[in-house]
Amino acid sequence: MRPSVAFSSIELLEQAGCEVEVPASQTCCGQPAYNTGAIADTRPLARQLITTFESYDYLVAPSGSCAGMIRHHYPRLFADEPEWQQRANALAERCWEITSFLVDVMDFRPQEFAADSGERKFSYHDSCAGLREMGIKGQPRRLLQDVCGIEVSEMAGTDVCCGFGGTFCAKMPEISSKMVDDKIDNALAAEADVLLGGDLGCLLNIAGRISRRELDLEVRHVTEVLADSLSGPAIGEGKS
Amino acid sequence: MKQESEHFQEKAHEALVNPTLQQNLNLLQQVLPAVRDNAMEQLGQFEELRSHVKSVRDHTLENLDHYLRQYEEQVVLHGGHVHWAKDAAEMNDIVLQLCKRHDAKTVGKGKSMITEETALSEHLENAGLEVTETDLGEYIIQIAEEPPSHIVGPAMHKTVDEIRELLFEKHDLGERDLPDPPAMVQEARRILRERFLNTDIGIIGANALIAENGTNMLVTNEGNGDLVSSLPKVQIVCASVEKVLPRPEDATALLRLLARSAIATPVSAYTSFYSGPRREEDSDGPEEFHVVLLDNGRSDIIGSNYQDMLGCMRCGACLNHCPVYMAAGGHSYGWVYPGPMGSVLTPLLTGLENSNVLPNACTACGRCAEVCPADIPLPDLLRDLRTEEHDLKLSPASWRRGLKLHGWIARLPRFYHLLTSIVFRCMHLLGRRKGYLRGLGVKNGWTEVRDFPAPEGGTFMGQWKKHQKNKDSGSESFTD
Repeated sequence: MRPSVAFSSIELLEQAGCEVEVPASQTCCGQPAYNTGAIADTRPLARQLITTFESYDYLVAPSGSCAGMIRHHYPRLFADEPEWQQRANALAERCWEITSFLVDVMDFRPQEFAADSGERKFSYHDSCAGLREMGIKGQPRRLLQDVCGIEVSEMAGTDVCCGFGGTFCAKMPEISSKMVDDKIDNALAAEADVLLGGDLGCLLNIAGRISRRELDLEVRHVTEVLADSLSGPAIGEGKS
Repeated sequence: MKQESEHFQEKAHEALVNPTLQQNLNLLQQVLPAVRDNAMEQLGQFEELRSHVKSVRDHTLENLDHYLRQYEEQVVLHGGHVHWAKDAAEMNDIVLQLCKRHDAKTVGKGKSMITEETALSEHLENAGLEVTETDLGEYIIQIAEEPPSHIVGPAMHKTVDEIRELLFEKHDLGERDLPDPPAMVQEARRILRERFLNTDIGIIGANALIAENGTNMLVTNEGNGDLVSSLPKVQIVCASVEKVLPRPEDATALLRLLARSAIATPVSAYTSFYSGPRREEDSDGPEEFHVVLLDNGRSDIIGSNYQDMLGCMRCGACLNHCPVYMAAGGHSYGWVYPGPMGSVLTPLLTGLENSNVLPNACTACGRCAEVCPADIPLPDLLRDLRTEEHDLKLSPASWRRGLKLHGWIARLPRFYHLLTSIVFRCMHLLGRRKGYLRGLGVKNGWTEVRDFPAPEGGTFMGQWKKHQKNKDSGSESFTD
């Protein structure tokens, strides 16, 4: 969908001194099926992911909800299978979201500012799973400050759901659009030029609604800014 | 009240296109979470307190038979009567028989969600009794003939102007005006004072039933519960079985969280403890004291995945913090309990078949669980209900097939990467100029209200493979 997010994450991890591998046998963590109640369809994907990643020191994902799924919900998923639960627990402890990993594990502090953000104002949306399952709040803000000298222009309701909610946004589009409108209006009220976040699901939802409303607000994943890969179009932006 | 939850989305639509209601909800959404969060911050120790309250509740539920028996013994010892109601019909009938035995004409009620659950007022009115709701919010919706939209503020959906109009319509005001809310409160008070004095039977709820001494704890802000329970000759307490707690200090521990969670104050205006009828040395109080204990499906919840739900203290914090509730409004949920707690309780108490939409009215944002003073993992319980919905094939077949198909493909990494690469490339080609796709070829909830941002082209996995090859052959570029 947006490879630049993963490339930016790898760039940041390498800057922080990590050796990064991307195993080819990975696919989906199973979150859509899990949250929709299709538990039997989730377990095989969870087993596949655990098998793929359990030999590594750390598993890092550029998404709070994927990381939250692995850290908090995999152990719950295998409540009746002790052997798999043990393996799920072992991986859960080593599973991190990218900004949290860079700050909380690597204490990443670059020597000099990597990027120049210009005059633009940045606001930050705290994605729910990242915030409440992975404890991500200060980490992306600290990185934006340390790496790019960006002071986030905080908007109202930064910790309120954007209305994505996985399959929720397709099941209840009208309620979802009210929620995402609140989010966009709050960002505009904070006079943001760019809205950042750490979860592509939320960002696709927000960007999709912005382009439907034909508003002028750029949406990007926080790692794109941190890795200085702002040359390409923002999410949902054309090539013009 | 008849459960009509299956119409959730239609009713939410009506709520979303109602500008007055939306204005009201937007204001509530800004104010209620902020004041509660502030009150909890001032208290400190929220996590410690709620974990203590939860451990007491877990212990009580595991020994519910013991504590209920102890409670009954104590009530009887103090001269009261305890009645056991298996379901709503039984509770309503017990109360009606008590009214008949006392040849009652009028009933005054304090606010009680249990009597909303059993639709007690309707039952008594059908039998010819005059029932007055004495909580101001309940009184407003009673004369408006509407169900509650919030478990703490039942008339929260109404604006000041709407309430003024309602009073003009239902009260004989003559030439008098109602310029501001205090004048409107005085007007309701004028009617309610009279009713308090002429009520044959007083019915109240309970926030806790204390097993050790048979005392009931009642929390109100208007004192109406105290008037309606001490002035009439007969007091009837309607409560559900899980409200029992072992000791007085367990009830007061709960108190520290309850008012802060509900209305952002350290204590409510009135916290009263009732134990039995008037004693000889008392100057007033009821001559008869009855407690009706309702089960209505709760004993089936004990020992199930959903047991934690029985810790709910009806504070409304989960409603106030739920962005779906604040968009759809309380009436959309179609029964007496709205919001996250209602989306769990309604299926549990009335059956999932006609309410399976409710557990889906959730983005799993987790804000409800974060603020719940009973530490109920509401998003997990809602997900468990969606699992039941899926397993019972109540969810749309297309969703179930789609997830199964996705699951199968995702188990074949090579095929998965090939397929996603083809799909994203096609979408990229179709949308790259504008940056987005207006539709996806089939009618769907996503593009109904938003565009689909065009993929960058290809997948990360594909580009990474290429990048690794280039690296091996000496090139260092990240792009494809």
